[in-house]
Amino acid sequence: MLLALPILLPLLTAIVLHLLPQRSRLLRLVAFAGSLLVLGTAASIFARVQQAGILVLQVGSWPAPFGITLVADLFSALMIAMVSVIGVAVTGSSFAGVDPRREALGYHSLIQVVLMGVAGAFLTGDIFNLYVWFEVLLIGSFVLMSLHRTRAQLRAAFTYVGLNLLASAFLLTAIGLLYGQAGTLNLADLARAWPGRRTPGLDAALSMLFLTAFGIKAGLFPLFFWLPASYHTPPAAVGALLAGLLTKVGVYAMIRVFTLLFPDPHASVYRVLLVLSAITMVVGLIGALAQRDFRRVLSFNLVGHIGFTTIGLALWSPAALGGSILYVLHHMLVISTLFLVSGLFLRQRRTTDLNALGGLYRSQPAVACLALIPLLSLAGVPPLSGFVAKVGVITPMLGGGQYLLAAVALCVSLLTVLSMARLWEEAFWKPAPVASSASALHSRLALPILAPIVFLVGLTLALTVFAGPVSSVTMRAAGQLLDRNTYIRAILGEEVPRAAR
Amino acid sequence: MELLLAVVAGVLYAAGLYLMLRRRLAQRIIGLSLLSNRSNILILSAAGVTRAKPPLITEGLPLEQFADPVPQSLILTAIVIGFGVLAFALVLAHRVHQSTGSDDIDTIGPDRA
Repeated sequence: MLLALPILLPLLTAIVLHLLPQRSRLLRLVAFAGSLLVLGTAASIFARVQQAGILVLQVGSWPAPFGITLVADLFSALMIAMVSVIGVAVTGSSFAGVDPRREALGYHSLIQVVLMGVAGAFLTGDIFNLYVWFEVLLIGSFVLMSLHRTRAQLRAAFTYVGLNLLASAFLLTAIGLLYGQAGTLNLADLARAWPGRRTPGLDAALSMLFLTAFGIKAGLFPLFFWLPASYHTPPAAVGALLAGLLTKVGVYAMIRVFTLLFPDPHASVYRVLLVLSAITMVVGLIGALAQRDFRRVLSFNLVGHIGFTTIGLALWSPAALGGSILYVLHHMLVISTLFLVSGLFLRQRRTTDLNALGGLYRSQPAVACLALIPLLSLAGVPPLSGFVAKVGVITPMLGGGQYLLAAVALCVSLLTVLSMARLWEEAFWKPAPVASSASALHSRLALPILAPIVFLVGLTLALTVFAGPVSSVTMRAAGQLLDRNTYIRAILGEEVPRAAR
Repeated sequence: MELLLAVVAGVLYAAGLYLMLRRRLAQRIIGLSLLSNRSNILILSAAGVTRAKPPLITEGLPLEQFADPVPQSLILTAIVIGFGVLAFALVLAHRVHQSTGSDDIDTIGPDRA
């Protein structure tokens, strides 16, 4: 039952939010309380998984390959924990004020729907169910993106909707072909039955279809163009929610499906993924350097750093995968924080265009220093969490003799430092442009808008301080991912695997 | 029958992708619906087409006598989801048309916010 709670609680919250009298203070409180409950559940799931190993819930008590299974291994538990943390920060940030029109259109319950979809995708052990959760979170995010009036926002929403639906169509195709061959949809059952039945041609086609579908969602190199075209338009809290969670769902699904279904580390798909990850890093960061808008710079950085999170899968070693999982956790926190920081600019200057920003360091040095922490962390400046995560990703490359790849990753880190330094210099340090200096001081930033940022920055610092224990957990999570038989046994019982490898 | 369905799925796929690449929103939406229908046909044919056989299993008869109900339920789910998404996309396109007077994606607005 515990495993269903991260899905059921947001659903209940969303329903309750619709039934309550539509007074914004009440709605915000209820949404925030719901997110806190999910955080508590996620913590207890994590504690249980650490103690007892993989948790399994057969929904409706249907036995494993026939019903829908919810599974939490360490990787899922970590991701659920991050979802709940970001949920708390995003719902908490609504206390600083939400556009009343959006609030009337169900802003709070839509956020809960997205959180539910993301949690479902992280917990499900059934590949068709994974597709359904993808659709749930997409619909939620579609509506959140399109509660807008301006032309740029509508255009962004349409790009976002079209590309994501295309990805879903690819995913559905792959699932249909997979079912035609394997005759089952349960991930553990597929992992057991499929490697014995595969044919090389279909195997390659399926792996490429999955790579394309998840690659679009995650924002890999030739498929990421929808992302910077859309993530800079919604309000800061929605941006934080989408940027922190949605691409990571793609990365999660990719790691989960590929480790279970394509366990051959020499398959050509991993070489493709390796090259694409490297190109993603380079292209993302070069794109970031060309931008003049705070949130567009962040969007391109988001894309660039997705390369770090998929490269561990491509390298296929416990150390590299563990490093990538650590990178996912760090990246979720930091990107969400930075999108919330962009809310400060929207609040003060009504824009995130770097040309119109500046002078914040002079008026509020504490806020500027607070924002510096996630910026430096994303860049990977020691000793912050980004540094730890980058060490986790790059060390296995050096150990495995991938010197060229390590060089690319390090150059990309340098570009990130450059891009982050420029962001901070332009947005905070330089003197305020003359035109806006009069309005700049009209509002000091109040506690409600700063509290979620402080919360997330605190967690980033905690990730830095407890880097040792956290990275040992991610290493164990990677070990679990690569040990398919334990996963299969946990779900299907003690039966000897049909195709033990 | 499988061959025919495979050809139909291929044609729908090509047409859908072509329409998705167009600039007009209405054409994109038609492309979207073709793509989702193609996925359904593909699931049906990939899982094996059975003719006039019930999905309910009677004890004692060999399993080849029965249709597999799973692909049908998958398709049903996918149709429902596809329908909802299509309705949403239509409303969004209508909003775009209302506020800009155009359904050409390139004339909707400048690229930067």
